[in-house]
Amino acid sequence: MIIAKPKPIDEIINEVKDLDKILVAGCDGCVTVCEAGGMKEAQILGSALRMYFRQAGKDTKVDEISLTRQCDRPYLEQAADKVKEYDAVVSLACGAGVQFLAETFNGKPIFPGVNTCFIGVTEQKGEWTERCQACGDCILASTGGICPIARCSKRMSNGPCGGSSNGNCEISKDTACGWHLIYERLKELGQLDRFERPNEPKNWSTSRDGGPRKVIKEVSHQ
Amino acid sequence: MSYPTNVKIVKLPCSGRVDILHLMKAMEEGADGVFVAGCLEGDCHYQAGNLRAKKRVAYVKEILDKIGVGGERVAMYNLSAGQGPRFAEIAREMTEKIRELGPSPIRIAKRQAGERPTTEEAA
Repeated sequence: MIIAKPKPIDEIINEVKDLDKILVAGCDGCVTVCEAGGMKEAQILGSALRMYFRQAGKDTKVDEISLTRQCDRPYLEQAADKVKEYDAVVSLACGAGVQFLAETFNGKPIFPGVNTCFIGVTEQKGEWTERCQACGDCILASTGGICPIARCSKRMSNGPCGGSSNGNCEISKDTACGWHLIYERLKELGQLDRFERPNEPKNWSTSRDGGPRKVIKEVSHQ
Repeated sequence: MSYPTNVKIVKLPCSGRVDILHLMKAMEEGADGVFVAGCLEGDCHYQAGNLRAKKRVAYVKEILDKIGVGGERVAMYNLSAGQGPRFAEIAREMTEKIRELGPSPIRIAKRQAGERPTTEEAA
């Protein structure tokens, strides 16, 4: 899922302090699971904003809503009547949701309420780690199911490099060396011979190097 | 054992049930201060409920500081269920502290706006 974290409240206040009617819009998708932008976080932000405006002597209206997903038009359209009532929307969805909301409600100022971080997993309650960089050309089959693009700090196609020490990356002793993980996993699978066949240089045109991407599934496409 | 009558008690099975929103809503409604009385650290019947509450209180303090309400208006205390006199002492201590801080800016603003006092404020 997409992992995000709430923006500092002072940063959000700075964006909306001059408005009179604000809607805080959560998203029931990824950001709910990573506790950054679901209905609960929307309510916390809503309450904080109302208190801020109260103590500042302003009678600003702040309400909350949470959409099933902000990255799908039908769900955004369901909120159309509600959005109309406000001067602006603070969206707690990921960057994709914020942008789709802005595109759908042209002319309505939309502010992001979270910082979108990465595609990752829940390690344990309250802890999320990165697993995928959406490079568009998955090589997990040859790396024991561990991604060197997401897990190696240098995104090296072949590793480990000289900065790997005792299984950790040189950037931090708390960061595992991705290529060390791959080595251990391939050893367990009895596939260490894969190290004798270096991976070809990666074609990054399927990643961001090819510009903004689009996926079309012909069978579903209208 | 007596403690200040302005303290309104909300009973919960464990301080781990205290949610960020409970504390935020209490402040938003106009409470001058809120304290969470959890069990002694290391003595939680549910293992870590009081430690979770401690983190949530710290989180709310941070928000209240940033929005100009003042994080010192919420506090976490640890005491056992057998320490009745200690509870009374904490209630007095907290009441004193809040009295020194004065009414919450939210309550002042609500009063100026001519809103009806909530049950908490009337108490």
